Amino acid sequence: MALETQDIRARSATTTSVPPSARSFQPEVSKLIDLSRCIGCKACQSACMEWNNLRDTVGTFDGSYTNPPDLSDQSWTLMRFNETEVNGQFAWLIFKDGCLHCSEPGCLKACPSPGAIVQYQNGIVDFQQDHCIGCGYCISGCPFNIPRLRKEDSRVYKCTLCSDRVAVGLEPACIKACPTQALSFGSRGEMLLQAEHRISDLQERGLSQAAVYNPPGVGGTHVFFVLPHGDRPEAYGLPRDPSIGPMLSLWRSTMARTLGVFTMFGVLVAGILHYMRHGPLEVPGDGDENPGTKGAET
Amino acid sequence: MTNDWVDIKNADVILVMGGNPAEAHPCGFKWAIEAKVKKKARLIVVDPRFTRTAAVADLYAPIRPGTDIAFLGGLIRYLLANDKIQLDYVKAYTNAPFLLNEGYGFEDGLFVGYDAEKRRYDKASWVYQIDKDGYAKVDPTLADPNCVFQRMKKHYERYTPEMVERVCGTPKDKFLKICELIGTTGVPHRSMTSLYALGWTQHSVGSQNVRSIGIVQLLLGNMGMSGGGVNALRGHSNIQGLTDLGLLSTSLPGYMTIAGDEEQDLKGYLEKRTLKPLRPGQLSYWSNYPKFFVSLMKSWYGPAATKENEFAYSYLPKVDTSYDVLRVVELMNEGKVNGYICQGFNPLASFPDKPKVAAGLARLKFLVVIDPLATETSEFWQNHGEFNDVDPSKIETEVFRLPSSCFAEEDGSLVNSSRWLQWHWKAAEPPGEAKGDPEIVGELFSRIRQLYAKDGGAFPDPILKLTWNYRIAASPHPEELAREFNGQALADVPDPKQPGAFLAKAGEQLATFATLQADGTTACGCWIFAGSFTPAGNQMARRDNADPSGLGIFPAWSWAWPANRRILYNRASCDPGGTPYNPSRKLIWWNGQKWVGNDVPDFKVDSAPSEGMDPFIMNAEGVARLWAPAMADGPFPEHYEPFDTPLAKNPFGKVLSNPAARVFPNDAKAFGKPDEFPCVATTYRLTEHFHYWTKHARIPAILQPQQFVELSEGLARKKGLRSGDMVLVRSKRGSVKAKALVTRRLPTLIIEGKEVEVVGLPIHWGFTGQARKGYLTNTLTPPVGDANIQTPEYKAFLVSVEKA
Repeated sequence: MALETQDIRARSATTTSVPPSARSFQPEVSKLIDLSRCIGCKACQSACMEWNNLRDTVGTFDGSYTNPPDLSDQSWTLMRFNETEVNGQFAWLIFKDGCLHCSEPGCLKACPSPGAIVQYQNGIVDFQQDHCIGCGYCISGCPFNIPRLRKEDSRVYKCTLCSDRVAVGLEPACIKACPTQALSFGSRGEMLLQAEHRISDLQERGLSQAAVYNPPGVGGTHVFFVLPHGDRPEAYGLPRDPSIGPMLSLWRSTMARTLGVFTMFGVLVAGILHYMRHGPLEVPGDGDENPGTKGAET
Repeated sequence: MTNDWVDIKNADVILVMGGNPAEAHPCGFKWAIEAKVKKKARLIVVDPRFTRTAAVADLYAPIRPGTDIAFLGGLIRYLLANDKIQLDYVKAYTNAPFLLNEGYGFEDGLFVGYDAEKRRYDKASWVYQIDKDGYAKVDPTLADPNCVFQRMKKHYERYTPEMVERVCGTPKDKFLKICELIGTTGVPHRSMTSLYALGWTQHSVGSQNVRSIGIVQLLLGNMGMSGGGVNALRGHSNIQGLTDLGLLSTSLPGYMTIAGDEEQDLKGYLEKRTLKPLRPGQLSYWSNYPKFFVSLMKSWYGPAATKENEFAYSYLPKVDTSYDVLRVVELMNEGKVNGYICQGFNPLASFPDKPKVAAGLARLKFLVVIDPLATETSEFWQNHGEFNDVDPSKIETEVFRLPSSCFAEEDGSLVNSSRWLQWHWKAAEPPGEAKGDPEIVGELFSRIRQLYAKDGGAFPDPILKLTWNYRIAASPHPEELAREFNGQALADVPDPKQPGAFLAKAGEQLATFATLQADGTTACGCWIFAGSFTPAGNQMARRDNADPSGLGIFPAWSWAWPANRRILYNRASCDPGGTPYNPSRKLIWWNGQKWVGNDVPDFKVDSAPSEGMDPFIMNAEGVARLWAPAMADGPFPEHYEPFDTPLAKNPFGKVLSNPAARVFPNDAKAFGKPDEFPCVATTYRLTEHFHYWTKHARIPAILQPQQFVELSEGLARKKGLRSGDMVLVRSKRGSVKAKALVTRRLPTLIIEGKEVEVVGLPIHWGFTGQARKGYLTNTLTPPVGDANIQTPEYKAFLVSVEKA
């Protein structure tokens, strides 16, 4: 067993406990995206392509500086350019889109394939494509619309927060490339502190609504933002109060599991009662089918 | 830059105007962000477009392309009228007190001495009043109506906030808010830095745009200060090195100048450039011109340059006129150019008026292109459909393509905007047949020299006697060239202060340009580079990132010209008594015996403040020039309309466009009129691309794949356009087609009561490379340049826009 598999906090579709942690101390890491320092240069986008060997297609101009036009299996991060009005003043909001590495990841909760999505002890949420079944549940489970299906191999891809770099003590590629330090990387505590410092500077400049975007609905994130217009997360393309969908929560909740177990037993008991009353169902060539096992699949 | 990239972090206010560093210089722009985050600096952006720099600015104001002097003139007026200037600084360190000749004047948009036929000024009356000792007269009280200060005040009286609004389209309240913030830096302990680039230089009034900010910074006392300065953000990697080494038609290395036709003897040539002090006790450093020049000639011609033959002065070409790019294209079109070698240059894409350039190239007998990429120029003769619709069968120009290496495939130094010469090391071998530029030129030269040796010629000496002592003649190593630029002693150079001691022994590399001699005992290929490759080794390769002062000076990181000085004019950061104006950002100071400090003093180190030597030692005046008679188009910047202008009349005076700008007779009809071309266009770069190069690489092509044109919502409404529609943009020179980007970032301006639309044209596409094919944007730009240095007017011209 590779050492890294012993640094896992959560694993998709796995009810047994995760492997024991091999290391005694794994600080949680975070990326801070300070949009007040971001100049939309796309160095992060370029570095992401370089490090991860991704090459999207040379597209067309679609009426915006945002290129490629959307995240894709080849574009794990994307600068988005939104023209809007804030407090009656024109604002050109430049936003770095990509995975937020939620503390309570909707994708992981939605994933039915054991181990296809893992959350490391350091907080990074990573897709393990060798376990991915391409069902796309993670896509609908994500409140930020991040994961993308690759048609060629029917697997889903997204930002790994350069887990391979972080594992050997390097910062993610986008952080290294950012010229204005709009991106910083470090322990979660440090990054939150840095974000708070920035908020006070921005408020002093008259951006009274500046705020940190670290939504509690997903347990906080490991990629969080300093938003100069913190009262308008939608203007950047961020949901105001993201949460894991109620169906998904229900599905993955204890109640759902209990309900599932009750159902299973119920079906089993019903089956036994049925058997006791009517004896075996006789279908030629299909004699061994046990209705109870079907119930267990729910 | 007078200052330094890192020094931007020390600024209290950052004015970005005539540039867009967040997009064009994203790595350097980190220091502006640093100033904002760490020093609570305020960032002002004035630009025709709401750029990515504006997106992080504290204050933004729009401006019509080509009206920067109107804006800055308004700012000068505001500072004077509201007493926001640093008066002590202005009195002590500028020519404000200098008395002007009574005959000098300005009326109806013209300065005295204009010759309409030659489109040139006779500057005989643009002089100071001179006393009997040959010094300029001054009035320290600034009260004399003929002093520069009073003349300046009068000149800018017309530049009211109302006029700024009428001409620039900048709303008056925004303009005044910006003035107010800038005015806060007119005190000793606050500084403003000015960051500009091609948005100021690429105009028919380009040099005067830069002069205007010079005046502003002098009035505010921001020159020589940490966190201040006038900072040109250079456009290409090593373009600073290009100008330093004099790769312009009228330049010699180290900002010396090529002799004119009438300057046939060395004595006259040197006398004209050996500037004597205009005030008592001043250094006037150009008085050392003969030392720099003779050392250059010794570097080029060695033993063949002797006192007897005027150090081979006769070997140098003397020019009848400037052979700038615009003239060369004109001469090609006139059939007067046979061959053209273009090295690291893509003129078909980069020069204005592409149809004219293409016609010129087609008249050449041969064209040599030395470049790592398959440039448009090298394929100008090839039909690329609508993007380059030519008939190859009609073009006889023979084209030679010599593939050269990229920067990472060679050793060498690059000079950045901060004037740092940074050495770099080869990381990979060039692919295929590509060779380094020195190797290509070395081989070319060696063969030409052989031909001259064999066949003779009309004047073979300049070729045959050129110093060429490289280990491999056909391939000079960059280190050999660097040593040559630094220079060496050819004989023992005695120390005049210490008899028996020597400044340098024969054969030694020079440690400083102060060692240079005018008698032929020193050789130096570029005097400002002296000190870069000393007996202690290659100073450009230094990589010590210690910053003892905390001011971002990094004295042992690479090497900055001149003399490893990071902030020019830093003597002006102290008051006349030698005490730093800003005690929290001390650059240098007088310690009682000499000038010392965190930076290398830009001054005579042993000249005590009591001796009265002034800080601007390169000027004969000793002080900085608010009034500068060297300019071709006037000693004070004056607003003139671009050559393609939406206005019929210049609101400031009777002369519409720069009267001293050169217009070739053939081009008189090349300019558009607003009835046919009603929109004002400007061209620019985007972060995702570098000129016409990075479209050859996949990732930048993905990030910005296809040509587009930026339009205001108002214009889109009028023309029924939506983002993504194909549009046809026409100018008097030609037309291009591109996709529309309808945006609120481009304004509809109100100019002289009428709506004027601004159209934005990024330049990066062409018909070679990996991005989608596009039109060369310079199809549209006009063939006219700045009156002083002929930088083409790419930034302001007229177009029409319609649905394609």
